[in-house]
Amino acid sequence: MAEQIQAFTIEQFYKHLLQGKLMGAKCRKCGKVHLPPRPLCDSCFSKDFEWIELSPKGKLLTYTVIHVAPSQFQGMAPYAVGIVQLENGVKIPGMIRASPEHIKIGMPLTMDFGTCAATQQWPQWPRYFFKPA
Amino acid sequence: MKGKPLVSIVSAGLSKFGKLEGLYAREIFAEAAKEAFDRCPNLNPKKDIQALFIGHMGESYEHQGHTGATMAEWAGLLHVPATRTEAACASSGAALRAAIYAVLSGLADVVMVGGVEKMTHRSTAEVTEYLAMASDYPFEQWHGITFPGLYALMATAHMHKYGTTEKQLAAVAVKNHYHGSLNPKAHMQKEITPENALSSRVIAWPLKLYDCSLITDGASCLILTKPELAKKYTDTPVHIIGSGQASDTIGLYERESFTSLAAARLAAKKAYEMADVKPENIDVAEVHDCFTIAEIIAYEDLGFCKPGGGGQLAEKGETKLGGRIPVNTSGGLKAKGHPVGATGTGQAYEIFLQLTRQADKRQVKNAEIGLTHNVGGSGATATVHIYRRG
Ligand SMILES: [Zn+2]
Repeated sequence: MAEQIQAFTIEQFYKHLLQGKLMGAKCRKCGKVHLPPRPLCDSCFSKDFEWIELSPKGKLLTYTVIHVAPSQFQGMAPYAVGIVQLENGVKIPGMIRASPEHIKIGMPLTMDFGTCAATQQWPQWPRYFFKPA
Repeated sequence: MKGKPLVSIVSAGLSKFGKLEGLYAREIFAEAAKEAFDRCPNLNPKKDIQALFIGHMGESYEHQGHTGATMAEWAGLLHVPATRTEAACASSGAALRAAIYAVLSGLADVVMVGGVEKMTHRSTAEVTEYLAMASDYPFEQWHGITFPGLYALMATAHMHKYGTTEKQLAAVAVKNHYHGSLNPKAHMQKEITPENALSSRVIAWPLKLYDCSLITDGASCLILTKPELAKKYTDTPVHIIGSGQASDTIGLYERESFTSLAAARLAAKKAYEMADVKPENIDVAEVHDCFTIAEIIAYEDLGFCKPGGGGQLAEKGETKLGGRIPVNTSGGLKAKGHPVGATGTGQAYEIFLQLTRQADKRQVKNAEIGLTHNVGGSGATATVHIYRRG
């Protein structure tokens, strides 16, 4: 079966996650790595990209513990979320599965896709999360 | 253009801010419009007002879109060209920019600009969800990051980088509640102690209930005209002498810094340059304190102190009435309240009162130059305006 060209979209990013892969889009013209991928390079306006697999490891830049949550997350509260800088330099936010007293800025974390569960409604995306490396 | 009036404010109106039960947004806006009309007897609204710009964030609250025409009709301005602007919590800051474009272009001599939001009839969970729409959906909302959560991410980063303390955050809340106690239109008119603030329940650590602005109903408006027409309408106009607006990434995570808002710094730079004034020339300011950390970051982004100095500025009382540079004399979003769409022009209303010496118990003596700083979402939009007493 001929491999289809996968659009450089947010939806495709999440489809890759379902396969346990953290994929970014590298601009073939200027070399910028986009996470999330985007159809137009915001640096050089090129539309020529290639998928590259990124290391799921990174360090925590900042975090918070959410106590008042939107309805669909209320069952999980309180939960920690943070912004992680991956080894290649790009930043991505997500939940951190660790008890709050063990969370420190600068700590090494790794992304896990273990228990991705798609929801019934739009969008049909899984969720990733971070855990201590 | 340096230092010259761009447009002049000849009147302003503000509804009561608070829990306005049983009222629709359009009815609240009519209250603000009525005050602006009454304040300016020389204005014939139906004949003189040639356009309306209205800031409004969410259709979700009242299941009602098409806000421009609705507000024009209910303010008695049927048939004027009416346009709604949406830039989250900076919706009416952006409306003010649009109104300035309209007057400066020569397309309209007199315009009304305002904002409105009706929020308190919804549950906290619903409002939390609607406000989060101002942030990135696929990477922030999707992973359970709330709006207070985004500012908490900034607070944690600020505390880590500069040693800012929870006590300093509380100082902002205490100050703004004190100012709110002097404002009869504020949602909360009672003072609080640092202990009240520090012991309130956690919303998104390190931000507690008293670090967060209020869910409020309210409306605000201004009447703008060309500077050369201002004296036709009032002896005491307030001139807008600087206007800046900038945008940034919708996701907080994509930004270079989590301790400063680039959009606010860029908007401030533009406004200061246009107005030909420096931060030390500002006599009174209304800044976007959606959370206490946001006010501390605003001090730094606006040049009221060095980066990292915001916490100390608040703690030393320099931004309190009587201090070196009083900030949020209205009570701010924290105590006056934050009906999101109404906030930007609501800030301008307070500066209008201050510069025309109508701020009563919270009057800043001899205030000549004022500033407003209005931020949308976690900083993807910012507007800064500078005002001079006419
Ligand atoms: Zn490129």
